[in-house]
Amino acid sequence: MKERKTFRFATTTGGALTALLFCLCGSSLAAPQDVSQSPPGASACLGCHSAGETELPSLKALSALDIETAMDAFRSGGRDATLMNRIAKGFTPEESRAIAQWLATQGHAK
Amino acid sequence: MRLTRRTLLAASAAALAAPALAQTQGKVVVIGGGFGGASAARFLHRMGLDVTLIEPNAQYISCPFSNAVIAGLRDLSQQTFTYAALERQGIRLVRQMASKIDNSVRRVTLADGVMISYDRLVLAPGIDLNFEALPGYDEAASNLMPHAWKAGAQTMLLRQQLEAMNDGGTVIISAPANPFRCPPGPYERASLIAWYLKNNKPKSKLLILDSKDAFSKQSLFTAAWKEIYGDRVEWIGLSGGGKVIEVKAKDKIFVTEFGEHKADVGNVIPPQRAGKIAISAGIADQTGWCPIDPVTFEAKLAPHIHVIGDACVGGGMPKSAFSANAQAKACAYAIGTLLRGENPAEPKLINTCYSLVKPDYAISVAGVYAPAKGLLADVQGAGGVSAANASASVRAAEAQYADGWYKTITQEVFG
Ligand SMILES: Cc1cc2nc3c(=O)[nH]c(=O)nc-3n(C[C@H](O)[C@H](O)[C@H](O)COP(=O)(O)OP(=O)(O)OC[C@H]3O[C@@H](n4cnc5c(N)ncnc54)[C@H](O)[C@@H]3O)c2cc1C
Repeated sequence: MKERKTFRFATTTGGALTALLFCLCGSSLAAPQDVSQSPPGASACLGCHSAGETELPSLKALSALDIETAMDAFRSGGRDATLMNRIAKGFTPEESRAIAQWLATQGHAK
Repeated sequence: MRLTRRTLLAASAAALAAPALAQTQGKVVVIGGGFGGASAARFLHRMGLDVTLIEPNAQYISCPFSNAVIAGLRDLSQQTFTYAALERQGIRLVRQMASKIDNSVRRVTLADGVMISYDRLVLAPGIDLNFEALPGYDEAASNLMPHAWKAGAQTMLLRQQLEAMNDGGTVIISAPANPFRCPPGPYERASLIAWYLKNNKPKSKLLILDSKDAFSKQSLFTAAWKEIYGDRVEWIGLSGGGKVIEVKAKDKIFVTEFGEHKADVGNVIPPQRAGKIAISAGIADQTGWCPIDPVTFEAKLAPHIHVIGDACVGGGMPKSAFSANAQAKACAYAIGTLLRGENPAEPKLINTCYSLVKPDYAISVAGVYAPAKGLLADVQGAGGVSAANASASVRAAEAQYADGWYKTITQEVFG
């Protein structure tokens, strides 16, 4: 039993390192993310914002604080947007912060 | 980011938290490999669960952007995906139709008779076109008047009929009452067909016969049609006599309570219901759709079976690929939590649907959803459609974002 656990740990570490190296090389993160600890709403963001390059803004260069600040500005109307203003209004500042932090720990943001 | 000892340590610390997740155990079977089911299979498998995906087709042909294929702006190959990445990831793929669900012993029977047991079942069979709801419109009729509401041969048939039509012809689209797959879809299709006609058959017209008096992004579509297509596009709603009550497929005639309309190309978008397996297993109610718990997506009529995507009663959420994918992730989270013996937190979901009015002009609708009174309800104050007075550059940006969304979501689901 104990051995099995150690083995699992080793593979997970390997996985995390591979993911890390992936983003260092600038390639897209291999889908999918682990959503088992995702705060409400967070996983839905990934439907548009991949870590790869597309026509949509990537979150890769942003820190958790950058994302939280942007969400606050979209919510208050302080920052213009085509769409994010409509989405940000559906999340409280606390929810937005939890989402931003999860995205960062997933390697999706900086 | 530089790879320092500190970042490495941080990475292993994050990984150290993982064994708790790895303890999530259980056998999950997913029926249907579309935007909902394929997403669910991937995210459940990523959490360490034993996942079997049941899907009869080797290829998935996606509906989003298929209206551009009809208008000759895109190739069907850009709509076609395989399950190779899911198999590489380690998901067990079974190329069969699920024909029976025996929930009392938690077992699915496949078309070939093989049985598969589950602890939790995810049901994502999408829609069935209801060939009993509109007199004259059955599967045979759809070879003369295509629906093109499931992408593939039907998409190409409608495109070929448009290409073969003489200039000066009339194209008619009939749209069903709510709810149905992709609420803005018929109107995006009308727009892109109008684009094709304007550029290739300028004397032709397009008529939409609608069983409703209001539709998604209506004021934006209506204004754009007027601006771009003049009087080439005409829409008749329910109270104007737009409800189609019968079709005569051989003559391409749409019958309404007010009279008959003859088309040169006729596109019938018929009423729909949840995929057959949901109906035969008794998971759908009398409306033809499956009511669910908005936190866990567990079917109200069948414990241990979770329904996502077009087949479920999404409350405020439209039947879209975006919704199906977002629901799949929220459902995977809930199943993982339940299998650990814990209570899942209430989810929040997002939907965004872009519609092309012409190649460099898109409009969007968005919403945020949370459980309320047993349904997934709109979060008040959030969501809505693109600004009515937006500039051409904003419309062009939204068309670019639509492309970006498609790349991202298809990568997340099949890539
Ligand atoms: C013209 C058009 C345009 C659209 N545009 C957009 C858009 O721009 N954006 C957007 O978000 N959405 C769009 N949609 C909607 C989108 O296509 C659907 O909402 C989405 O496909 C729903 O996903 P799903 O997983 O529920 O069903 P599906 O994608 O239909 O997948 C269901 C799968 O289940 C399989 N299946 C069914 N029964 C069984 C069984 N018994 N056993 C095993 N497998 C089974 C089927 O083979 C299929 O692969 C559009 C739809 C149309 C028609």
